[in-house]
Amino acid sequence: MAADVPVPAEMAQAATTHTAPRRLVLDVLNDWVTTVDHKKIGLMYIGYALVFLVVAGIQALLMRIQLSLPNNDFVSPQAFNSLFTMHGTTMVFFVGMPILFGFGNYLVPLMIGARDMAFPRLNAFSFWISAFGGILLYFSYFGASGLYGAGSAPDVGWFAYAPLTARVFSPGHSTDYWTLAILLSGIGSIGTALNIVATTICMRCPGMKLSRMPLLVWLYLVTSSLVFVAVSPLTAAQIMLMLDRYVGSHFFDTQAGGSAVLWMHFFWIFGHPEVYILILPAFAFANEIIPVFSRKAIFGYAAMVAASVGIGFISLSVWAHHMFTVGLGPGANTFFVLATMIISVPTGIKLFNWLATLWGGKIHFTASMMFAIGFLFQFLIAGLTGVMLSIAPFDWQLGNSYFVVAHFHYVLVGGILFMIFSAFYYWFPKMSGRMLSEKLGKWHFWIFLIGFHLTFDFMHVPGVLGMPRRIYTYEADRGWMIWNMIISSGAIFQAAGTLLFVYNMIWSYFKGPIAGPDPWDAWTLEWSTPSPPPAYNFAEIPTVASRRPLWDLKHPEDPDSNYE
Amino acid sequence: MLVLGITLTIFLVVAGLFLYAVVRYRHRAEDADASREPSQIFGSNQIELSWTVIPILIVVLLFLATTRVILMTQSIPKPASSMDVNVVGHQFWWEYSYPKLGVVTANELHIPVSDPKKPTPTYLTMTSADTDHSFWVPRLAGKMDLIPNQINTMWIDPQQAGLYLGQCAQYCGVQHAKMLIRVYADSPADFAAWVAHQKQPAVESADPQAAAGRAIFQHNSCISCHTIAGTVATGRFGPDLTHVASRETIGSGAIPNNNANLRAFVDNPEHFKPGVLMPAMHLNDKDLDAITAYLASLK
Repeated sequence: MAADVPVPAEMAQAATTHTAPRRLVLDVLNDWVTTVDHKKIGLMYIGYALVFLVVAGIQALLMRIQLSLPNNDFVSPQAFNSLFTMHGTTMVFFVGMPILFGFGNYLVPLMIGARDMAFPRLNAFSFWISAFGGILLYFSYFGASGLYGAGSAPDVGWFAYAPLTARVFSPGHSTDYWTLAILLSGIGSIGTALNIVATTICMRCPGMKLSRMPLLVWLYLVTSSLVFVAVSPLTAAQIMLMLDRYVGSHFFDTQAGGSAVLWMHFFWIFGHPEVYILILPAFAFANEIIPVFSRKAIFGYAAMVAASVGIGFISLSVWAHHMFTVGLGPGANTFFVLATMIISVPTGIKLFNWLATLWGGKIHFTASMMFAIGFLFQFLIAGLTGVMLSIAPFDWQLGNSYFVVAHFHYVLVGGILFMIFSAFYYWFPKMSGRMLSEKLGKWHFWIFLIGFHLTFDFMHVPGVLGMPRRIYTYEADRGWMIWNMIISSGAIFQAAGTLLFVYNMIWSYFKGPIAGPDPWDAWTLEWSTPSPPPAYNFAEIPTVASRRPLWDLKHPEDPDSNYE
Repeated sequence: MLVLGITLTIFLVVAGLFLYAVVRYRHRAEDADASREPSQIFGSNQIELSWTVIPILIVVLLFLATTRVILMTQSIPKPASSMDVNVVGHQFWWEYSYPKLGVVTANELHIPVSDPKKPTPTYLTMTSADTDHSFWVPRLAGKMDLIPNQINTMWIDPQQAGLYLGQCAQYCGVQHAKMLIRVYADSPADFAAWVAHQKQPAVESADPQAAAGRAIFQHNSCISCHTIAGTVATGRFGPDLTHVASRETIGSGAIPNNNANLRAFVDNPEHFKPGVLMPAMHLNDKDLDAITAYLASLK
């Protein structure tokens, strides 16, 4: 229609230079904001998590600068307390959860041969409410005016023990920002978890029985089920805390007979399953990546499923191992020692099965596989220090010390973050259509590995020497300085490695080699689609006959369905 | 030691196997069959069973050993020769009272050293006045939390005289880091002398400046928070100052106890401990000197 009307040349010129690019930006923005496509939502989750990863990483660096010398005054005590609160809260709720949900959102429908999630609009809602939670938390830096004045971020610690959160002890609004941010992100998490469970149950393509699902999907099913059970009590506790603070109820208000221990129970019945909510997706990535780069089927599929479900159930009964020093008495302590030790059995089964998958394979050392192998070693160590800490008398000594900080960072960084990096190198080609640079990837691996071990190996030592966590400074005569110097120097390597990774992603997005649909010669359904996959994923819904449909296609003479 | 041995052995065995697998089964481009897929193995029930049962046996062993230690620590009867101390955690200092001896002090805990042949362990009965705290002196025992509305107990039994350092191990607010613990394990004679001294009311110094300081102390709101036995000062919100000059540190172990530090602390408590609950009293230099002289006289 517009083409019929003759347009003066200079007007057409003006239209293209001024209005057209603006339209384009708005269109793209509109497209992303209103999208219900699981892949775009997945990518938004991942992007949002990466931004917060950098923010919380900078907070960690600031803390390490402060602690590298005794009696340092690089930051004030109040600022330090905000830093560790925001670092922990951000890393768990606004990095760990969204990045894992992002991969889940992207991969689960593709791997089960579906065109989208079961509830696409709920999916978008969950993402935006979680994103709002994160932004609200950071708005506290500007908006949390109260008795401390404006700009006080939450400083009650990421587990916000009562009664420190009561209005008597936290008079400003910073604690309210924390509570509301967690409440919102919790609603988002429950929505996405529900969506993943429904998608897995209802949307599998023909032939994909539960026993033929990729292990990644199984682990997302377990992790999402855990989210229901674990995040609900946390959400309830946030509401109770708000009631305490503003309506005058006394759940946790010890000044009026409330119970501080009640909050601990509420928090840790969420908090420990949360660790598994975060680590199970890391296991999920390992289950896909290790077999492909060993060129072998996963060893013991049924045992892996059983171990994952087992971990899911047992993880609900270990929470009070965070409370060995609360004075629960020998009976309760003994029970939680046993429950905690038992969970090491299914976890061990997983490690042994990965070992058996490597055994007899032809291992390709891609950047992705190098991170996965790093994960295996580090997770082994993290698991063993975990068993040590499960021994209550050991925990009486080392609980709340830097030994514990080292232990859980071994899990969260050495385990989860390494697997997240591995997943990026593995699935980035699918998501963007271009390969990440392997050379930069290997540099990233080695630099980050050095930094990780400098920081977290040596962090065990000040813990054994009696350094508690969450102190903004320490006395010079305690002999902790040398260790803190080493720990802080490792942080610099980790920051450099992460920078290299971010650079690699940006560079490869524009300049990387074209990936093609299946760059790794892999076996699951997402590699049967173009890279990046079209909005509808599959032109024709696939039918599968085994756990590795692409193996069957590539080896028609020896299909998996003969053995399963 | 048993635990370390077991975990170290597991680590060496499993890490060794991983290392072997990674090196032995790496892909070699020069191999004749480099382009062929390796043989696909889907699993083995016998192997799965073996690496389920063996860890379960290790867990049982560790669990039994752990239970024994838990019961030995938490369920043994309290000997008659033991000493009692009540500990109350405050933001950000420690209150110690000896119910049988009639002594109240703060931040520096004196206990008798224990003779292995005739043990005199110290039983701590603990609670908190405000937020959660945790009592941790690494060389004496594990930690135990101090929680409002709850009584916890623990015992310590040092067999060597000397000073043991520790600090609060549960985040309790702004100055969590400067809530330090000093435990002095004294010889029985030293301990008896310390108790006898602490039971005395505050000394009345003849020094006119100290007397002036006493008057200023009593006419300001110092007395609403601090106790000085034998005077009108009976506050309980801050540390008992009856014998403050006999302590080696002030500010819950934050700084050495000397006149300069005392004066600076009274002038502006935030200077050493930002976030401390004691307000600056805005005294003039003359009053500050007098208060310092008074506090320094409270041997």
